[in-house]
Amino acid sequence: MAAQNDAVLKIEGLTKSFQNVHVLMNIDLAIEEGAFLVLVGPSGCGKSTLLNCVAGLEAPTSGRILIGGRDMTDAAPKDRDIAMVFQSYALYPNMSVARNITFGMKVRGATRAEQRSALEKVAHMLKIDHLLNRRPAHLSGGQRQRVAMGRALVRQPKLFLFDEPLSNLDAKLRVEMRAEIKRLHRALGATIVYVTHDQTEAMSLATEVAVMEGGVIAQLGPPQQVYDYPVNTFVAGFIGSPAMNFINGRISKDGGAIRIQVSFDGATRELPADHYPFGGGIEDGAEVILGIRPEYVSGSDPSADRPNVALDLVPTLVETNGFDQHVNLAFGDSEISGRFSPREQIKLGTPVRTRIDLSQISVFDRETRQRL
Amino acid sequence: MSGWLTRNIPKIVVAPSLAAVLFFVYGFIVWTGYVSLTRSRIMPRYDFDGFGQYVKLFRTPRWDVAMENLFVFGLLFIAVSIALGLLLAVLLDQRIRAEGAIRTIYLYPMALSFIVTGTAWKWILNPGLGIESVVRSWGWESFSFDWLVDPEMAIYTVVIAGVWQASGFVMALFLAGLRSVDQEVIKAAMVDGINLPRIYVSIVIPSLSPVFLSAVIVLAHLAIKSFDLVIALTGGGPGYATDLPATYMYAMAFSRGDLGQAAASATVMMMTVAAIIVPYLYSELRPRHD
Repeated sequence: MAAQNDAVLKIEGLTKSFQNVHVLMNIDLAIEEGAFLVLVGPSGCGKSTLLNCVAGLEAPTSGRILIGGRDMTDAAPKDRDIAMVFQSYALYPNMSVARNITFGMKVRGATRAEQRSALEKVAHMLKIDHLLNRRPAHLSGGQRQRVAMGRALVRQPKLFLFDEPLSNLDAKLRVEMRAEIKRLHRALGATIVYVTHDQTEAMSLATEVAVMEGGVIAQLGPPQQVYDYPVNTFVAGFIGSPAMNFINGRISKDGGAIRIQVSFDGATRELPADHYPFGGGIEDGAEVILGIRPEYVSGSDPSADRPNVALDLVPTLVETNGFDQHVNLAFGDSEISGRFSPREQIKLGTPVRTRIDLSQISVFDRETRQRL
Repeated sequence: MSGWLTRNIPKIVVAPSLAAVLFFVYGFIVWTGYVSLTRSRIMPRYDFDGFGQYVKLFRTPRWDVAMENLFVFGLLFIAVSIALGLLLAVLLDQRIRAEGAIRTIYLYPMALSFIVTGTAWKWILNPGLGIESVVRSWGWESFSFDWLVDPEMAIYTVVIAGVWQASGFVMALFLAGLRSVDQEVIKAAMVDGINLPRIYVSIVIPSLSPVFLSAVIVLAHLAIKSFDLVIALTGGGPGYATDLPATYMYAMAFSRGDLGQAAASATVMMMTVAAIIVPYLYSELRPRHD
């Protein structure tokens, strides 16, 4: 039980259904103090519903929610010691910035002096000192988001909840605010649960990522681990941009050597897979999906000690973005994408020498789509 | 030729109704204004008399009663309708069952003509027929509710009937306003530790100020021109205790044969309406910067 009390947030067997629609199914989750958990997934995966359940804005159908070791499943939002930042900022439209930030404190019975010192502190931290007398209607999106964060910060809660806070901002501002949130997390040692549909945001902010699909957590782990070792093809395809390449293949075992046969231009190529740690062993002839990240498909020579294969592939699409070239290459009757050095001359339709580095492949069962 | 026609056909189509409006509305406003400055009695006489009719009007006790009634009725009618409408809207906003049906029930009185409302309430409030007689028949013999025939209280029965008619409409206005409030703001306030009544008082209702303005404008002009309600409910009586400017004007023009007085009172009423509408139009039509 002691370990349980260490978790700032612990969710046990949480289920949420509307009539026959199961939005969340048996969610288990625990995060420690100072963690930055990002719930990420496509629309309708249940991530916002999960956050609302934690906030107390929606009641779970079954299961328990513990915040700071206390059962808060049925507690009112205001009693949960949380603060929340919303996508639409949700500022009180009739109040000045200063009052927006301190109104909750005032209602909770803080003195004027307390309100003023808390306001000065967060206003300084968020660089909104000069905006305190303005109305929300006269602020830009980024400024409104800062005010919303200020309102959350003055609560000094055990747990911060962010519901897609950057989705309404333009791309440049989003990157800026992302850095700001990360800095605040470090400076305050705050514990945060953050919902987004943007995998880039998830990767760059999180200490823990929970990838959700269809009401369940498909994978929970540090961002790099989720990126390198996705547990199924959904996670593999969702995390990372451009998305991971999937190639159908078949296992061939020849004595001790394990190879993955892929069909390519009518012929069959065998790719070495001896180095891949097949969890429960693998049978000869097993149907698999081979997953390769685009950055391992390139023209540059990988280090000699890494397993790799060289092919001549025909480029079908080239996107240049300055620091590299994103190239789609015909591969049999499908396409794979790769990243090439911007110095490399690539012409559409002219085969280009492509090296596929096999050291960081993922192999999935074609039937279950789970990682092998 | 056909090009000219294509370009001008909208103007040609609109022209007759524009001419009719100019003549029958604005033309007669000017005519009424002129008649109010003459010594007209039963028939219009076009001899200019300055502000004599207005001086006479403001010396008439019956006009004082009518203006005082308008003040009492207008203030109470607007205040009570808004308070009641807002309360109903807030209650209806709690995502209750059968909301659509209840909304229609409350809104329905607005579909009735003031004549129907007035007649129905005349029966309900009639001491010999309505509430008083019902309660007495239940055995409460000393019960008395005779505002309708009490010159001091009769104007309040007009308020009751008017509120019954208009508060459902005000409720619909406020409900639309409440529905347009960002639900995330309410969620944020709940997480912020503010209880629901306080959320409404401090955050939601202040953000409805445009709805308040619309409600006041609609109710104010209903109050000023309410004529049929008084005619049907009290007929201006007892005596002239529930006269409003509109019934005063009607009485002068059509039963007392004093066109000059009628025109003067009509002009005063138009000025009163203008005093309310013009600032509203000014604030609404001015270009906005945010």
